[in-house]
Amino acid sequence: MSRRRTWLLAASLGNLLFLYAPVAVLIVFSFNASRLSATWQGFTLQWYRVLAEDEALLAAVQNSLLVGLASTVIATVLGVCAAVALERCPFRGQRVVEGVLLLPLVIPEVMLGVALMLFFVSIQLPLSLVTVTIGHAAFNVPIVVVIVRARLRKLDPALEEAARDLGASAWQAFRCVTLPLLMPAILGATLLAFTISLDDFIVTFFTAGPGATTLPLKVYSMVKSTVTPEINALSAILVLVSMALVGASLVLQRKPVRA
Amino acid sequence: MLAGWLLAPALCWMGVFFVLPLALVFVISFASRGTYGGVEWTFSLANYLNVVDPLYLKIFLRSLTLALATTVLCLVLGFPLAYYIARLPVRWQGVWLLLVMIPFWTNFLVRTYAWMFMLRAEGLLNTLAMGLGLIASPIEILYSPAAVLIGLVYGYLPFMVLPLYAAIERLAPSVVEAAWDLYAPAWAVFWRVIVPMTKPGIVAGCLLVFIPSLGAFITPDLLGGARTMMVGNLIQHEYLVVRDWPFGSAISFVLMGLVLAGVMAYVRAEGSRRELEVRR
Amino acid sequence: MRDRSTSAKTLLVLLSLACSLFGCQPTPEDGPKKTPQAGGDAGRPMPTLHYFTWSDYVDKALIEGFERQAGVKVAVDTFGSNEELLAKLQSGASGYDVVVPSDFMVSIMIGQGLLADLDLTKIPNAGLVMERLQRLPFDPNNRYSVPYLWGTVGIGYNSEVIAAPPDSWDILWDIRYKGKISMLNDQREVFGAALRAAGQSINAKDAAVIAQARAKLLDQKRLVKTYTSENYHQLLAFGDVTLAQGWGGAVARAMVERPAIKYVIPKEGGTIWADCLVVLKTAPNKGLAMQFINYLLDREVAAKTTERLLFASSNREAKALVPERIRGNPAVYPPDSAWDRLEWMTDVGDAVRFYDQAWTELKLQ
Repeated sequence: MSRRRTWLLAASLGNLLFLYAPVAVLIVFSFNASRLSATWQGFTLQWYRVLAEDEALLAAVQNSLLVGLASTVIATVLGVCAAVALERCPFRGQRVVEGVLLLPLVIPEVMLGVALMLFFVSIQLPLSLVTVTIGHAAFNVPIVVVIVRARLRKLDPALEEAARDLGASAWQAFRCVTLPLLMPAILGATLLAFTISLDDFIVTFFTAGPGATTLPLKVYSMVKSTVTPEINALSAILVLVSMALVGASLVLQRKPVRA
Repeated sequence: MLAGWLLAPALCWMGVFFVLPLALVFVISFASRGTYGGVEWTFSLANYLNVVDPLYLKIFLRSLTLALATTVLCLVLGFPLAYYIARLPVRWQGVWLLLVMIPFWTNFLVRTYAWMFMLRAEGLLNTLAMGLGLIASPIEILYSPAAVLIGLVYGYLPFMVLPLYAAIERLAPSVVEAAWDLYAPAWAVFWRVIVPMTKPGIVAGCLLVFIPSLGAFITPDLLGGARTMMVGNLIQHEYLVVRDWPFGSAISFVLMGLVLAGVMAYVRAEGSRRELEVRR
Repeated sequence: MRDRSTSAKTLLVLLSLACSLFGCQPTPEDGPKKTPQAGGDAGRPMPTLHYFTWSDYVDKALIEGFERQAGVKVAVDTFGSNEELLAKLQSGASGYDVVVPSDFMVSIMIGQGLLADLDLTKIPNAGLVMERLQRLPFDPNNRYSVPYLWGTVGIGYNSEVIAAPPDSWDILWDIRYKGKISMLNDQREVFGAALRAAGQSINAKDAAVIAQARAKLLDQKRLVKTYTSENYHQLLAFGDVTLAQGWGGAVARAMVERPAIKYVIPKEGGTIWADCLVVLKTAPNKGLAMQFINYLLDREVAAKTTERLLFASSNREAKALVPERIRGNPAVYPPDSAWDRLEWMTDVGDAVRFYDQAWTELKLQ
């Protein structure tokens, strides 16, 4: 029994090492004084300074946040409405509608990218941040639908019915009873959509036009052309941001009601 | 009625920005290419016939092989981890799950770059291994299929671990204990008890890894070098290098067909799981 | 578990929103832009010039020089090959003002009707283009284009490994360097190397000749580590490859990192190329575009460009201002003795299909 446990623990720690070693190495070498970065030549913060002064990079961060926020808002509004409709008001042809709404989750991303590009070209909508946002919203709507619907399915319809019995209108019942109960799922979906938008490379790659360079596009061109410690520094920041977010959530997560 | 109003915005959006573009790709896949790119509207099946040309078939086979290898490796690596997490005290489960999740929240390009950094000829792994006297001269891993495989496994391992964990957590430890108590050999406990009872998780994890691996673009592009183009890169090549949109469209549709076939398999598996649960 | 991860995500949303509010004070790229000297002009948008150029042609200081001088904002996007540039423009990326295609691509773009006439009265520096780059066949009167940076394609090699300077393209087919060779990720240049090695013109249009070159390249592929136009200077400098087909300037960059790197133009000859400044027909800011072109061609700016990017400027007066170590570098300025064996790349018309097909086969093999 205990040998099995030891073996499992070793395998699990091996997994974690595999997941974290490359990232840890990146971060360590972001402080390396050597430009050629393969060997350690002393500590420096120089690369972070370079990063802070890189205006093109800051502009890319800005673009990413803009696209992320806009596409998330669109996807959340459309997705929540659709989820409620699908779950609460069954209708004929529902399976087809569900199919259309879920297909983007399973088709290869490259496909969505080229399809959108061809479409924008043929309706002569110039590629820009707008087209990128449209594309991101297109893959984010299904994500919101799935998450919110899963939550809705678990809610007891009796709660809303009780409110109706007590004289609330359909809208009041939804707003005062269902919506608050849905809120965690909605926020969760929003966050996921936002993260996926920030991280997306492929759809953006095909739909971005002049001045619409987002952070992933920028990182891609940096990684492709020159491997400099500047990219290590940028990576370190991105990794630490995601760790800080996840870590903070871990701390706060202990407070909520659930024992 | 109300349903209609609630659904309309999302449906319109997805209709215009998803169904229509897909339909356009479908139509274009039957056209042919102009000299400097662009599309000539003459109907032909040539693009689809072209896909089965050994040249392109090879790319599909390579992508399938790499995607399968990635899936298997993720399963082998991820299962012990998921099992370990699922058997931890609840408090610790959260911590470990977050540790698995953090890489998932980290930018994919950054994670791929980390391996470029590790794998170069004068990169860290080679420098270390040579310093320790393990190897005499640098091993050339960067720009090889092996590098792509490492990158894919690294990128998608969390996708495997999470559904596996969910399935194993649902499996009551007493069931496994019972098997041990009945003196079942280890392999039987694993293959006869654990695997069948966590099958839905295994299938879900495999699909979640297989689908993105099959259509991968960034990993083969950055880690692959000369001999490791995958379907995703082929599509990009057709669109943005040789500008043969019709052929690129045909390849996209074939790729989509492959993926949908996988999803169908999943839906069937999911259906049988539901039945199982109902019966229980 | 589901509930817990949901509340975790909730928190993440709030945090990321907070980050976006605090982290990024508005320096919008596309939104309306206030001029820095926000006196009476406040509220008037600052014009933005959209510049689409090669990924190794970007230099922040030079761009900032123009931003200061003209009081505008320059947004730079980059591409990695002529084909990618054309594909991007064809796929509706209108909105760029100035782009930088190479010679043969200029003639394709003229043919496609993508380019606007240059207003040479606004580009007086176009008169300073060096003799050898004047009246180029694809645009003899600079109606659409002015040469900007130019150079050659040759072989960069690591002299720690290869002591005797290679003098032929054949070295790229030498089995001893298996896995230590990188080729450009550029169909015309890769075929150029094979065609030249076989004693043919880089502009071959004959299907049989192209097929021969294709066979030669397919044979070479097992030796090639990667096809890249972007980071071979680092591969050379890091020791990942020993031989790289490359643009002179990029090899010169590798020399800075690792002095043992050397550059040769093989005896069979190589490509001479000129990347040209052009204005798109769809450019929103044509006037500003002309002004920008004139700025890039200015004597001082041109010399600085060459000094920083290590690609030779077309301005005939610039060379004298460039430091000696760069002026004497054959990777930047080809020696006079090499000129006879250099060839311009031209549009091959319909034969481009053969190249496309063969290139796809090569990449997929």
